[in-house]
Amino acid sequence: MDFTFLIDKTILVAIIFAISLGIAAYSTYFERKFAGFFQDRIGPDRAGPFGILQPIADGVKLVMKEEIIPAGANPFLFIAGPSLSMLTACMTTAVLPWGSYLEIGGRKIPLQVADVNIGILYVFGVVSLGVYGLMIGGWASNNKFSLLGAIRAASQNISYEIAMGLSIIALVMMSGTLSIGTIVEQQQNSYWYVVLQPLGFLIFLICSFAETNRTPFDLPECEAELVGGYHTEYSSMKLGFYLFAEYTNMFVSSAVMSALYFGGYSVPFISALHLDQNLVAIIGTLAFFGKILFFIFFFMWVRWTIPRFRYDQLMKLGWQILIPLSIINIVLTGIFILVFDK
Amino acid sequence: METNLPVDYLPILIQFFVAAGFVVTTMVLTHLVGPKRDSKNKLESFECGIESVGNARNPFSIKYFLTAILFVLFDVEVIFMYPWAVNFRELGIFGFVEMLIFMTFLLVGFFYVIKRKALDWE
Repeated sequence: MDFTFLIDKTILVAIIFAISLGIAAYSTYFERKFAGFFQDRIGPDRAGPFGILQPIADGVKLVMKEEIIPAGANPFLFIAGPSLSMLTACMTTAVLPWGSYLEIGGRKIPLQVADVNIGILYVFGVVSLGVYGLMIGGWASNNKFSLLGAIRAASQNISYEIAMGLSIIALVMMSGTLSIGTIVEQQQNSYWYVVLQPLGFLIFLICSFAETNRTPFDLPECEAELVGGYHTEYSSMKLGFYLFAEYTNMFVSSAVMSALYFGGYSVPFISALHLDQNLVAIIGTLAFFGKILFFIFFFMWVRWTIPRFRYDQLMKLGWQILIPLSIINIVLTGIFILVFDK
Repeated sequence: METNLPVDYLPILIQFFVAAGFVVTTMVLTHLVGPKRDSKNKLESFECGIESVGNARNPFSIKYFLTAILFVLFDVEVIFMYPWAVNFRELGIFGFVEMLIFMTFLLVGFFYVIKRKALDWE
């Protein structure tokens, strides 16, 4: 390890951090714009041309608002809840590969913050820590709606985490590694894993909707029954952090899906063009962000297409359909590898 | 390049400090910038406009607790499967049969849980 390594990594962390927050902020704008489009309205158009400054206006407004901590609440946990949510949402991007590598002055700079060989486990670990943010915040509010929202969120997230873990196991059986960087490299010279693992991808997709608390699984904050769910009592930037964490999680799960199942930064047939390595890396990174943005759009599209589940349906889908289905997927994958891949 | 040295994890630590710095700065900033006009009614917990009754630290449905207990059991099973999945090709048919036996036991337990209606929310 030398000093340049640290500087490289710090710059990379800063850039990725800024990009992920920027995309999360602008997905709130595009969510409202698309909502307008789907419902034949205009959507936000007051702040700046086409309302393009809306996320900045929202952010400034949230920071400037009065901070209310209810008298019955536990102040330390009340502040810790949204902070933990935001922190875990920002941590997952560390192990994702954003591109192959750049060559600057004869040095290879990989466009990945940390290529650890337990990448997938790290993602799971950090994502499951996120549930503490909702649980702590909802409980600390000392409000009945918040408590119900929080225990709903906790029980929904842990239920879908099992099916998500099982669907990834089938992928790991094919790749033979837990490093996300290596999994993306494998897809460059072969099929994308979505072709080999269609059922696994479908289960993973459904589970990531549940993990990010998005419609049709947004029961923790379903406004018709629970006011605002776990963030009923929150105001100012603490509320902002919960909403921001949701959009950051959406970005992260889109990135994980594109990396694991849709080849990440790999572009089909690009090696046939014999381009300069730096150019290839930049095209790859742009392709990766294209895939991510498509999935974010998909999240929004589903929100305005599918109505919300009832809670018993949600638990039934998670435990009694997705878990058996993902075990069947593991067995099928095992047979497939043993028969065709020997 | 697959190595496993502590230095590989150093960038994650950098990212942690950047993220924690962002969170703490924003929290302190919003605390300093926002106005503070407390009143007794404002600090009451929200209950759709009517006066709030009692405390929210009430007992709630046992179903949530059951789900959490079952989650711990099944999540441990899932973690057991990861090392097996990574080495699947080397273990070959032997490993596959062993895991089928393991999964059968898991599914017997799962079937029992469903039959006892532990996962029914009606």
